[in-house]
Amino acid sequence: MADVTLRKVVKRYDEVEAVRGIDLDIADHEFVVLVGPSGCGKSTTLRMIAGLEDISDGDIMIGGDIVNDVPPKDRDIAMVFQNYALYPHMTVAENMSFGLRLKRYPKAEIKSRIDEAARMLDIVELVDRKPKQLSGGQRQRVAMGRAIVRNPKVFLFDEPLSNLDAKLRVQMRIEIKKVHQKVRTTTVYVTHDQVEAMTLADRVVVMNHGRIEQIGTPNELYHKPATKFVASFIGSPAMNFIPCRLEDLAGKLHIRLTDRIAFPLPPARAARYQGIPRTDKLLLGLRPEHITEARPHLASGMEAFDTVLDVTEPMGMETLIYFTLEGSQVCGRVNPNAGAQDGAPLRLAVDLNNMHLLNEVTGVVL
Amino acid sequence: MTTVTVDKATPTRKVKYGSMSRDRTWALRWSYFFLVIFAIFSLTPPIYMLITSLKSSAEISAATNPWWVFHPTLENYVGLLTSNQFLRFFWNSAIVSIFVVTITMLISVPAAFALARMRFWGSAVLATGVFLTYLIPETLLFIPLFKMFAVIGDWTGIQLINRWYVLLILYPTLTVPFCTWIMIGYFASIPKELDEAAIIDGASWIQTLTRIFIPVAFPGIIAATIFAFTVSWAQFLYPLVFTTSTDQLVMPVGIITSLIKGDVFNWGQIMTGALLGAAPPLIIYAFLMDYYIAGLTAGATKG
Repeated sequence: MADVTLRKVVKRYDEVEAVRGIDLDIADHEFVVLVGPSGCGKSTTLRMIAGLEDISDGDIMIGGDIVNDVPPKDRDIAMVFQNYALYPHMTVAENMSFGLRLKRYPKAEIKSRIDEAARMLDIVELVDRKPKQLSGGQRQRVAMGRAIVRNPKVFLFDEPLSNLDAKLRVQMRIEIKKVHQKVRTTTVYVTHDQVEAMTLADRVVVMNHGRIEQIGTPNELYHKPATKFVASFIGSPAMNFIPCRLEDLAGKLHIRLTDRIAFPLPPARAARYQGIPRTDKLLLGLRPEHITEARPHLASGMEAFDTVLDVTEPMGMETLIYFTLEGSQVCGRVNPNAGAQDGAPLRLAVDLNNMHLLNEVTGVVL
Repeated sequence: MTTVTVDKATPTRKVKYGSMSRDRTWALRWSYFFLVIFAIFSLTPPIYMLITSLKSSAEISAATNPWWVFHPTLENYVGLLTSNQFLRFFWNSAIVSIFVVTITMLISVPAAFALARMRFWGSAVLATGVFLTYLIPETLLFIPLFKMFAVIGDWTGIQLINRWYVLLILYPTLTVPFCTWIMIGYFASIPKELDEAAIIDGASWIQTLTRIFIPVAFPGIIAATIFAFTVSWAQFLYPLVFTTSTDQLVMPVGIITSLIKGDVFNWGQIMTGALLGAAPPLIIYAFLMDYYIAGLTAGATKG
C-alpha cells in the first residue's frame, strides 16, 4: 500500500509529446480513474507508472521513493491488461502464482494466497483450467487474481473491461469495486468510458491532448466542470451548448439565446456573471435533465419557452427530446406523459439554477 | 426452430442453399483432381525406388517391365545394412544432424527473441539482414568457405577440411538464418502484453524467454526443428566439397561415391540406400506432425 505522485511527467516520442507535464497526487487506498478520448495520454501515463515506458521528464514516486529508473519488477505494482495477457500454457493457478514462484515464495504461502484470491473472485472451481477454457469475464477475473495474489503497493488497470460485452462490463465493474473495498490497494484505472470512470472512482482525472483537464470526485466533475471538454465528456447524453450573450434588460441581467428568447438570470447567477463584458461570445451549458416540460407553476430560476420538437426518443422512465435552437441541436429530458411527439410543439422549461456559462473562445467555464 | 420457419415460409431458400452446396462440390472436385495429380507426381519416384530396390542387379538390367518385380529379393537391403561403410554414413548423418539441430536451436531461438522483442539500436536492420543471409545460395559460398578453412588450417594447424565436424560449422550457416526468421515471426505473433505481464510479475528477459516464450511458441520451435533437421539430413553440396575420406562421409554423398564405381551404377543398392535415408525425416515428421499442424494454425485464434 502506498501513495503515488507524478511531478511534471512528460513523455516524448521523437517529435510528438504524448504526455505534456502531468502533476497528480494519488493518496494511499485511493481509486483514481484516468479517463479521456483515445490518444489523450492516459494509457501512456499508466505505463509510465508501471515502468513499461521510460519517462522523458519529471518524476514518478511510489510510496515516497522516486522510481524513474526502477525496473517494473522492483516497483511492487501489479497490472491488469485489456486483453488479459494470461499465459496460455499455464493453468489459472499457475498464472496467478507465476510472480510468487519467480520470487521463490514458500509453496504453502502461494497456495493460501491463491485460495484466498480465488474465493474473493469466485473462481475457485476454475483454478485447474487453462485460459482458453475460460470465458472473457472469467479470464478477466483471473487477470485480477494474478494482481491480487502479489499483494502489491499499487494496482494498475489498463482498460480492463473494454473487451467484454456491455452486460458483463457492468457486472465486472461492480466486482472491481467490491475487490477494492476488500483489499483497499491504491488503484490507478484507465478507461475511455466516462460511465466506468464515474461509477468506480474516488477521484476522476480527465485527460485531453496529454494534459489534465480537471481532477475531482465524480460529482464535482459532473456538477462543476472546469472546461467545455470536461462538461461535454462527462455525462450522457452530453451537455448542451447554446450560443448566447449577456444583456441588461429593464435593469436585470438577462441571457439572450435568440432574437425571441432571453431569460432573466437568477439573482445568484446574475451576481456571479455581472463582470462579464456584454459583447463576449458565450455558451450556455445545460444538461438534458435541466431542460424539462414546463409545469403550470415554475420554481424560481426556471424559465419557460415554446419550441417545436425534431425527434423524440422514449426511454421508458423518461423521454429524450431533440430540438433546434439557433442552429444547434439541443437535448432535453421530459416525463413520458408530457405529450412529446416528433414534430409537435411543446412548452419547455430550463433550470437556470444549474446552468453553466462558458467562454466560447477559451472553453473555460465562467 | 428458425430453420423450420425459414423452410416453410420460403422454399426458394432451399434451392439457393443447394446451389451453394453445388459450388462447394465443384470446389472439392477440382481440389481432388489437382491433389491426385500432385500425389502421382510426388509418389511415383519413391514407388519406382521401392520397386527397384527389391530387384536383383540382373533383373534391373533385364528388358522386362520396369514397374513390376518378378523375383523379389531383399539382397540389396541385407547388403547395405550389413555393410559397415553404409552404417558409418548413416551414423555420420545422424550425429551431424542432431548436433546441427541443437546448435541451430541454441542460437536461433535466443536470437529471434532478441530481434523480436528487445528493441535495441539496429535490431530491425539486423532482422532483415538475417533473412538476406539466407538468400545467398551455397553454390556461391562453398569456394570462399573452402579457402577460408584451408587458410585457418594453415595458420592455426586446426584441420577442418575432410573432417565430419566441419559440417557442424557449415550447416548452421543455412539453418540459423531461416530458423531465426521463422522464430521471429512466431515470437512477433505473441501479444506484447504477455511479456509485459511477465516483466511486471518480476521475470527477467531470460525467464520471459524460457518460461513464457518457448512454451507458447513451442509449435514454431517444432517447425524450425523439422526444417533444420531436413536441411542438414539432405544437404549434398557442402559434404561433397568438404569431406572426401569414406569414414567422414554423410549418407547422401556416401551413397553416390561408394555405390557408383566409375561408370558402373549399382542401382539396386543406390535406390535402397536412398529409401533408407529418407526414413528418419519421415519418422520425425510423423511424430511431430500434430505439433507442426498446431503450429501452422497457432495464430488463427485469439487468446
